[in-house]
Amino acid sequence: MLLTVLAGIPLTISVTAVALVIGTIGSLPLLFGILSGNRLVWLIARGIIDLCRGIPIVVWMFILFYGVTIGGTKLSAFGAAVLGLGIVSAAYLAEIFRGAISSVAAGQYEAARALGMTPRAVWGDIVGPQAWRVAIPGYTTYGIGLLKDSSIASTIGVAEMVFRSNSYARTTGEGITVFLVAAAIYVIVSVPVGVLSRKADEKLSAVVAR
Amino acid sequence: MTFFTDAAAFLPVLLNGLQVSAILTLLSLLFGLPLAGVLAFGIMSKNRVARLIAIAIVEVGRGAPALVLLQLMYFGLPDVGITLSALASATVALTWTTAAYCAEYLRGGLSAVPAGEIEGSQALGMTTADTLRYIIIPQGWRIALPSLMGFAVILFQATSLAYTVTVQEMMSQAYSLGASTFKYLTVFVLAGLLYAVISIPATWLSVLLEKRMARHL
Repeated sequence: MLLTVLAGIPLTISVTAVALVIGTIGSLPLLFGILSGNRLVWLIARGIIDLCRGIPIVVWMFILFYGVTIGGTKLSAFGAAVLGLGIVSAAYLAEIFRGAISSVAAGQYEAARALGMTPRAVWGDIVGPQAWRVAIPGYTTYGIGLLKDSSIASTIGVAEMVFRSNSYARTTGEGITVFLVAAAIYVIVSVPVGVLSRKADEKLSAVVAR
Repeated sequence: MTFFTDAAAFLPVLLNGLQVSAILTLLSLLFGLPLAGVLAFGIMSKNRVARLIAIAIVEVGRGAPALVLLQLMYFGLPDVGITLSALASATVALTWTTAAYCAEYLRGGLSAVPAGEIEGSQALGMTTADTLRYIIIPQGWRIALPSLMGFAVILFQATSLAYTVTVQEMMSQAYSLGASTFKYLTVFVLAGLLYAVISIPATWLSVLLEKRMARHL
């Protein structure tokens, strides 16, 4: 029984990892949008973020899995799951990154500009590293949340942990242990990731001046 | 144009489901919030046993996905002789999630009350009960309020997972409409928009509240 649940871990992790990559890449254009001085661009980015977050993940997955056909072929369950999670993640991550960037003192940006640094250097060497340090705790917390949200992929048939627990419960009629084991694994995985993020944060705060 | 004619036909059914989603959200908050208050004091308690129990309940409630708790209550509890209806088991599961998350928000709020206020009330000879009743709780829960509202929105969205344990909420209605008409895209987009129409303004409200609170604190 334990093996049945454990066999789902690789898919749980790959759904989470791929969705996090999609979400991180997708958050960048949204981030530039909400940082933009152009009112129209800002409004569009804001609207997209609100809509992405306003629709539950399971609904996104169902829209993509049952509703979307590209050139006559349906998305695979895995594809629909990571894309659905990625869309919602992009919106949340854009907000996390925006918060981090606005926490960097405006003087840092202004001083870098006054020294004649190129925008690329200002963002890459001054604002970026400081903002990233602020963003790390939020980013990892979101990553852990995503690990738990990856369980929603079971609803469209991705054979990750919850899907396997569910089929085990249905075939053997024994549900309590298998779901307790699944719950325990999520809790066990979440805790070390949280500890690692705190360690990374400490290490970075030692290197980067506040 | 077919989207709109189909949508008009689907809307009444989805709205019926939305009622169940709303009821599930309200029930979970109704039971979860008082429990969260108890857990928040449990975590801060000096009694080791009480603290460990509270922490365990909170960590499992936050660490395990809501989907797992839902299925645990619906497929698991009958094994130990407790058989609940679909709505009741979903309420129990989401109450646990609510209590766990909100306990942390409340604890955060209560411990954000400045120490000087507590020292001041002790210096004035107030009893511990009065300090809690008039000083700590009124300020602490206000600090926690925006996070609690933000959580309520997430909880409302999480009720969409209750369809996996056969609760007749909006997603389950959408799924059966999709299965009988094969218009999956229309029905799920419509359901998604209905969730968004409620979630987005509610999120704005909690952000607005947070800004207003920041002005007073």
